[in-house]
Amino acid sequence: MAIEILMPALSPTMEEGTLAKWLVKEGDTVNSGDVMCEIETDKATMEFEAVDEGVIGKILVAEGTEGVAVNTAIAVLLEDGESADDVASAAPAAKAEADEAPADAAPAPAAAVPAAPKTDTSPDWPEGTTLKQQTVREALRDGMSEEMRSDDTVFIMGEEVAEYQGAYKITQGMLDEFGPKRVIDTPITEHGFAGIGVGAAFGGLKPIVEFMTFNFAMQAMDHIINSAAKTLYMSGGQMGAPMVFRGPNGAAARVGAQHSQDYAAWFMQVPGLKVAMPYSASDYKGLMKTAIRDPNPVIFLENEILYGRSFDVPEIEDYTVPFGKARIWREGRDVTIVSFGIGMTYALEAAEKLAADGIEAEVIDLRTLRPMDTPAIINSVMKTNRLITVEEGWPQGSVGSYISSVVMQEAFDYLDAPVITCTGKDVPMPYAANLEKLALVTTDEVIEAVHKVTYK
Amino acid sequence: MAAKKATKKAAKDSNVSADELKAYYKDMLLIRRFEEKAGQLYGMGLIGGFCHLYIGQEAVVVGLEAAAEEGDKRITSYRDHGHMLACGMDPNGVMAELTGREGGYSKGKGGSMHMFSKEKHFYGGHGIVAAQVPLGAGLAFADKYLDNSRVTFTYFGDGAANQGQVYEAFNMAALWELPCVFVIENNQYAMGTSQQRSTSSAEIYERGKAFGIPGEAVDGMDVLAVKAAGETAVAHCRSGKGPYILEIKTYRYRGHSMSDPAKYRTREEVQKMRDERDPIEAVRTMLLTGKHATEDDLKAIDKEIKAIVNDSAEFSKESPEPALEELWTDIYATGDAPQESV
Repeated sequence: MAIEILMPALSPTMEEGTLAKWLVKEGDTVNSGDVMCEIETDKATMEFEAVDEGVIGKILVAEGTEGVAVNTAIAVLLEDGESADDVASAAPAAKAEADEAPADAAPAPAAAVPAAPKTDTSPDWPEGTTLKQQTVREALRDGMSEEMRSDDTVFIMGEEVAEYQGAYKITQGMLDEFGPKRVIDTPITEHGFAGIGVGAAFGGLKPIVEFMTFNFAMQAMDHIINSAAKTLYMSGGQMGAPMVFRGPNGAAARVGAQHSQDYAAWFMQVPGLKVAMPYSASDYKGLMKTAIRDPNPVIFLENEILYGRSFDVPEIEDYTVPFGKARIWREGRDVTIVSFGIGMTYALEAAEKLAADGIEAEVIDLRTLRPMDTPAIINSVMKTNRLITVEEGWPQGSVGSYISSVVMQEAFDYLDAPVITCTGKDVPMPYAANLEKLALVTTDEVIEAVHKVTYK
Repeated sequence: MAAKKATKKAAKDSNVSADELKAYYKDMLLIRRFEEKAGQLYGMGLIGGFCHLYIGQEAVVVGLEAAAEEGDKRITSYRDHGHMLACGMDPNGVMAELTGREGGYSKGKGGSMHMFSKEKHFYGGHGIVAAQVPLGAGLAFADKYLDNSRVTFTYFGDGAANQGQVYEAFNMAALWELPCVFVIENNQYAMGTSQQRSTSSAEIYERGKAFGIPGEAVDGMDVLAVKAAGETAVAHCRSGKGPYILEIKTYRYRGHSMSDPAKYRTREEVQKMRDERDPIEAVRTMLLTGKHATEDDLKAIDKEIKAIVNDSAEFSKESPEPALEELWTDIYATGDAPQESV
């Protein structure tokens, strides 16, 4: 059967082009790969090759013709034994089916004003549970070790995690217990070992990839985002990377601009990632166990200053904390303060001082930023009508800005004052002690913000 | 551990059977015809975005698949259609992914550059140049950890060979003796930049030397030479000696992607390769001169392949676009982890 040769689309955006020159004439025999004509697009002149073999029966569009729409028949190719007369009336070709307009995208679901969103406010452990004081460092190690005991496919890799016992001693003792097969020192090669970690997750393992600090994870960003976060979607659900990327994040003390960035807002933006940023030791433990068991890539943002702090940790076997459930540390009626990670230090300290002045702040620890327990925030704002967010990261595109937009869209009518986002200053982290202090968010700034929104 | 020059294995010296030869012919022809059809569908606007064809490079994947065993893994770049067909993935599913339809391997959500098959141990399909190299080393890491004697074929191009992460992966693969065959498909052009203009030393297979990884250059237009080299590499990896590098010298006939006018090389250069070094023609000649097949036998194969390809094109047009709800699925996994079963 004669084949119509159609004007080809030669780039992702081409809709029409100029048929610049025919290199074959009617009656010529062409083979697959032979150049038939030259076509000018807005970007380049391209040679158009034959795909099928046959004889050029008829040229339908003369050379020099401009504005030839993609999929217009430009020539007819005859196969064995056909004659040009058979096809003289075949042109012009029917429009190809690809021209169909794509179906309209589904409308975004309208944001309904929640009467009172459902939240799980159950306590993390039942009353009467025995508690022990434990540092964040110990709790983190216990969480990882417990999971490694129960699942042989879990392993940890990173710089100095094994023989050195961890640059921040988080993996202390783990090499002794689990051996070098499962506690693996890597060369200093973040891009490479993050990629190997993702590949190992595809291949059936559950890696914990430690970055000595998340500042170094910038070298590995491509694997975290493009390889780990997006694969499940790009594979139509077939393949993914169940793994944890963890390490200290944000400012420590006097380590300068390249070692002091808070990446919470960056990672929180990415669909496909889950992001935890705990404050207390029990959450470090419980969320780490949940992170390792999660079938998705989890970013686990720790804080060097918190590593040595002690908190109550429940003596419960296999203690886990679910993702997406905020913890209310302090109830109050006058203002809601939302924070996470080390920001909680300022939030709680501010609430303490405000209470002495008769202002009762409700303090919410988000614990995970993705999923984020926004219903817990909304519920609290419906009660207090005022909201302050606290974080160490930069102001533009901060976690607080996102929370502020959600609250404005879902609880606008409940706000009696603008939301104030207390953040780190919009500068790279300075080294000088006095300037560094100034660059970070402070308890006084939180208190001042509360006074502003409560008009007290 | 010294890298060695290409050892040309003439087909007549090898002990390949007529059936094997026919199978390679068929597999290569399927890729060629499939890619030609994909080019055609792109021209018709049925395939969008980027589309990188494998025409000319067929002997690389077909030769290496002949050296692979069940359970071995493969991972590659965005020029991935040939790899998928060669490892036995369904042409219908691949073509329907190219047209962005529900019946595609990724339900239409991945496209030409992003396809996966857990069943065939095909791990993509990666659009970021060289990202698949550490990922492939990671797959091999998992196999070594699980002690299952599997081997991973990690494919990348001469262009990707200049990315830093390749050498990070080489270092760790050698350090940890990972069972990974690093396959450099050297088609001589990184998009529009020739190897001479982008690469300080011509012999890419020697770049493993610094890490103690053996490497060899292979004639990538000769499927039997590729197979033989693949067997050497696989035996090395499977015996626990660590990674191996194959630099397979090949040639792509088409542009880098569909929108590449290919002005960086002459028409004559391409035509010369097609006329003198075509990997499919070479096997065709072997089959005929060795009296392993008649012209009629080969015509029957051609017809069979054409039917498979036409069916895949039909399927890719008839399969509906994904349901709009699909926009919101497969962002997070629930339940079992979506990974290789161990």
